[in-house]
Amino acid sequence: MSEQRPERVRVTSPWTERPGSRPRRTAASEIDAGSELGEIYLAALLRSQLRLAAGVLVTLTVTIGALPLVFRLAPGLSRHHVLGMPLSWVLLAFACYPVLALLAWRYVRAAERNERDFTHVVEQPREPG
Amino acid sequence: MNAAYGLGAVLLVTVATLAIGTWGLRFSRTTSDFFVASRSVRPGLNAWAISGEYLSGASFLGVAGLVLAFGGEMLWYPVGWTAGYLVLLVLVAAPLRRSGAYTLPDFAEARLDSRVVRTLSSVLVVAIGWLYLMPQFRGAGAALESATGLPPWAGAVIVAAVVLANVLAGGMRSITFVQAFQYWLKLTALLVPLMFLLVIWLHDGGTSPASASVVVDGVSGLDWSNPIDVGGDHPLYSTYSLMLATFLGTMGLPHVVVRYYTNPDGRAARQTTFVVLVLLGVFYVMPPVYGALGRLYAPDLVASGGTDSVVLELPQRMVGGLGGDLLTALLTGGAFAAFLATSSGLTVAVAGVVSQDVFSRRLEGVTAFRVAATVGVAVPLLFALVARDVSVATVVGLAFAMAAATFCPLLVLGIWWRGLTAAGAFCGLVVGGSLTGFAVLDRLLVTRDHGWFAALVAQPAAWAVPASVLTMVVVSRLTKSSRPAHVSRFMVRLHTPEAVALNRNLENG
Repeated sequence: MSEQRPERVRVTSPWTERPGSRPRRTAASEIDAGSELGEIYLAALLRSQLRLAAGVLVTLTVTIGALPLVFRLAPGLSRHHVLGMPLSWVLLAFACYPVLALLAWRYVRAAERNERDFTHVVEQPREPG
Repeated sequence: MNAAYGLGAVLLVTVATLAIGTWGLRFSRTTSDFFVASRSVRPGLNAWAISGEYLSGASFLGVAGLVLAFGGEMLWYPVGWTAGYLVLLVLVAAPLRRSGAYTLPDFAEARLDSRVVRTLSSVLVVAIGWLYLMPQFRGAGAALESATGLPPWAGAVIVAAVVLANVLAGGMRSITFVQAFQYWLKLTALLVPLMFLLVIWLHDGGTSPASASVVVDGVSGLDWSNPIDVGGDHPLYSTYSLMLATFLGTMGLPHVVVRYYTNPDGRAARQTTFVVLVLLGVFYVMPPVYGALGRLYAPDLVASGGTDSVVLELPQRMVGGLGGDLLTALLTGGAFAAFLATSSGLTVAVAGVVSQDVFSRRLEGVTAFRVAATVGVAVPLLFALVARDVSVATVVGLAFAMAAATFCPLLVLGIWWRGLTAAGAFCGLVVGGSLTGFAVLDRLLVTRDHGWFAALVAQPAAWAVPASVLTMVVVSRLTKSSRPAHVSRFMVRLHTPEAVALNRNLENG
């Protein structure tokens, strides 16, 4: 009684497929196959995300990362008062945090854009070449 | 101060913590729930929980105390603790989640296909976790002593017991709710008293604590407020080394990393991190203000060495009476919540690793986790009860340096560089771990005078991190032939958005 289910087959009209055309491939299938082309797509995604990350880290370094040097070279900053506080305090105890949040916000948006672009490219069927 | 109010606040926080933990228990059923809440926590809730867990006693009490005692140069601590999340966001947040691993050792094994690196990572997780837990217990003891008059060991034992009870009951899922609650509790506990204190300060004439005429312990306000201690030993080196430790160390803290696996996907992991940054920024504005007010209203604490309790002292001195007692009780509750939250997170992280790597062969999932949690709390509690007196922020700073010199290179190179090999990672972890481990032992056992060597050992990140990175790169290049076969497939898994249908399976690659 243990008869096997017949395998499902896709039935298509012999006339719908143009003669001589190969099955269409997406970049995603190239990545899955580990082909050279797939590697190029993956490397491009990595490069764009890494460049974005590096940009944020450089910005962090030249803004907040430069502060110790600035305070060292210009000790007078503590003598300047803004809103009754030394300027160095305004920068370090308060102004740093919005800067960090802004950098993070811009990074999240840009990283998601990179991923959308990647998704768009790899899911589109390529013209058989 | 009336000790009854302080004790009442501690009792209230304990009851609320256990109650929310028990309520969360209704959702914890499987081993996976215990470890990572089955990865179903929304970004908002998850960000509250991460912030609630991250803001320890060092943040709640320690920063204000350090600012009062040492002034502007201590402002780098909260800035670094926040900026660490920006570095984590851009370098590891989404890929770490997509790696699909539970813990740091899981990540190491999946990426490098090596049991040896996995075991070494587990040892480092436990080392960093205990290094971070010990000062939490000590700090809790000191805080409870100042607020309620209990002996210092009692506070440490109470915190350890409540943490253990909660972790044993519910694991990660119940911890998520508890920690989300504790972020808001800590924020409120600092914010409400601060409003009263600032009004009183303005009413008193609003003298700037940084003005030259305010002299405390022979230090004028001008020198005190300077963020680079010009008179100190190698201030520029110490500041930059501290920055490096905090910026890079955050991503390697076991209790932070383990929370990333509770995000549903890589995109949510990024959004969570952004919200965490905002929540931390809002919180960290406040502790330095307490420290600055302390210079005007509690300057005697500097000479007596009791600056860690400045947050708890100010309402007494500025408001007084019943109002002062109530505000102090609120702050005591917040401080207790801070010690509880961080200790719980660390305990879950350490127990997760220990139960998987030590007890999993002998005991069934949830039982192994519970046994591991008990061990994970008992050992650092013992250290805390016998160790010599070192400030909470100092030991926490060393834990950051160790994480920055070990897990930061492992994660960053593992995620972005295909060339990292198991041998390279192993050697780098050994170098980074032993260099910072030496600095820790030196700090806990030896008292050093001034000079270059003392400065280098006090802030080891600036030399230990490059040494570890360099070792990983050089050894990986020498062992090029032993790159794991699945590294390309692993990169696909780490970096491609989940929406794209791709083969992310490492076995059939």
